[in-house]
Amino acid sequence: MTEIVEQFEQAILSLDRLTAKNMLTQSMDKYGWTPIQFIENVIVPALNRIGMGFERGMIALSQNYMSGRICEELVNSVLPPDAPDRKHQPRMAITVLEDHHLLGKRIVYSMLRASGFELSDYGQTTAEALVNRVREDKIEVLLISVLMLPSVLKIRDVRALLEQTGTDIKIVVGGAPFLFDDMLWQEVGADALGRNASEAAEIITRIMGDVS
Amino acid sequence: MTQRNMTSLERTLTTLEHREPDRVPFFLLVSMHGAKELGISIREYFSKAENVVEGQLRMRAKYRHDCISAFFYAPVETEAWGGEVIWREDGPPNSGRPFIRTSEDIKTLEPPKVRETACLIKVLNATEMLKARVADEAPIIGVAVSPFSLPVMQMGFDRYFDLMYEQPELFDHLMKVNQEFCVEWANAQLEAGATAICYFDPVSSVTITPKEMYPKTGLRIAKQTIARIKGPTATHLASGRCLPITDDMARSGTAIVCTSSLEDLAEMKAACREKLTVLGNLNGIEMRRWSPAQAESAVKDAIAKAGPGGGYILSDNHGEIPFQVPDEVLLAISEAVHKWGHYPLNWVKDYEK
Repeated sequence: MTEIVEQFEQAILSLDRLTAKNMLTQSMDKYGWTPIQFIENVIVPALNRIGMGFERGMIALSQNYMSGRICEELVNSVLPPDAPDRKHQPRMAITVLEDHHLLGKRIVYSMLRASGFELSDYGQTTAEALVNRVREDKIEVLLISVLMLPSVLKIRDVRALLEQTGTDIKIVVGGAPFLFDDMLWQEVGADALGRNASEAAEIITRIMGDVS
Repeated sequence: MTQRNMTSLERTLTTLEHREPDRVPFFLLVSMHGAKELGISIREYFSKAENVVEGQLRMRAKYRHDCISAFFYAPVETEAWGGEVIWREDGPPNSGRPFIRTSEDIKTLEPPKVRETACLIKVLNATEMLKARVADEAPIIGVAVSPFSLPVMQMGFDRYFDLMYEQPELFDHLMKVNQEFCVEWANAQLEAGATAICYFDPVSSVTITPKEMYPKTGLRIAKQTIARIKGPTATHLASGRCLPITDDMARSGTAIVCTSSLEDLAEMKAACREKLTVLGNLNGIEMRRWSPAQAESAVKDAIAKAGPGGGYILSDNHGEIPFQVPDEVLLAISEAVHKWGHYPLNWVKDYEK
């Protein structure tokens, strides 16, 4: 299994969409896998390896972005957004909070969708608008991506507003400032930190037990 | 023999020659804190060259650092190209919606003329006024975003990556257009009185693009661009990692490289020895909650790792101190540099963190 994961990882890091696609179709023929099995057995582990590589400084952001995008395209082709195999639970949304740097959100969104999850993309939001929308949509897990330090500190406002309105929700945060200060995610009231984009799927899976 | 009573400029030039000056040079890259000093908003502060001049001079008197920064804010360059600047009260302004949205926009892109663009003229005026006040006592640092990094603000990160990987001819065209602007902008700042240009190139960092790409992209463009800038340059990667590409960076024509706080300063110093002066790498994010003792410890550790032999300037790792860092922390950092930074660094041989 390790061999196929490494081969797939190399294909997506080299932007070799054709090999990646062939590996998916061949695995369905050879092993009788469903698309979701290929996602779980190959795509998720490959993206995890890339994410770990990014965290250790071995993989660049551009590679992280491009590999996520390729996998998202691939998964979309075999598992459309309304496919029954998509994981629609927990109810999740992702946003960029009071920030204008969208790439982190784009990568996490791609990684989660490439891992078979479905989630709402709220785009850029302010703390108050975000809390209103989250309550309306009955979101259970909220992913917040930020780059600027002042935006990071606004997550405290989101947590405070959620508490004021008695909204029980898990907040998962990610973004460069958190990598420079290990205590920052707890300081702003988050429940979990994704140190790299591919960790999101693992974190969601882990906290699903808490919300269900 | 160690020299005494050097000016800030002499101190900096000595360390650039990989010799020990009287003290480790200290570049406190504060911009927005000037607004606090003047008791006005960040937006109002940057609305007039006079404010920035007054802010920089007051901050230098207060923190006793060795440079003047003529930097306003990064999106001043996108503003010059007709892009939107979005202001906030608690931090630096951001670039608004990217103004390059289609391939056609790149094909028809024309760089702004530096001396006909109000926001850039304001920076040049501030630089001239600062030069008139500090003369050759301290280096005045101008900033130009590299042609390779500017597209992040021009078109957004994701579309820029798509362009870089999938449309090489259009990418090259954009680099040529940006290069013309970068060279004109950097040279205008030097003519206005800047001592050196901070070549701001975070996309070249191995955090953003893989090291294998650097020779064909960031390095190639830096070599061409820096060769046309008529003064010394310092390459800043805005917290990005660069240890794996230091040999290549040394061939770009730059004199100084800033390292990330995620990299070991001693390893960086060893990799750059006699080739590049190292700038950095105090953690600007963590700094927000440092006690005076933590500030002193961080400074001492940095000096112990990189100070011996010169070729080192103490600074933060991002190129801009966050607005949220308290004055007390900056004062503690300054105090520590003045306490522990004097050469010869005899205490270093017995130092254990």
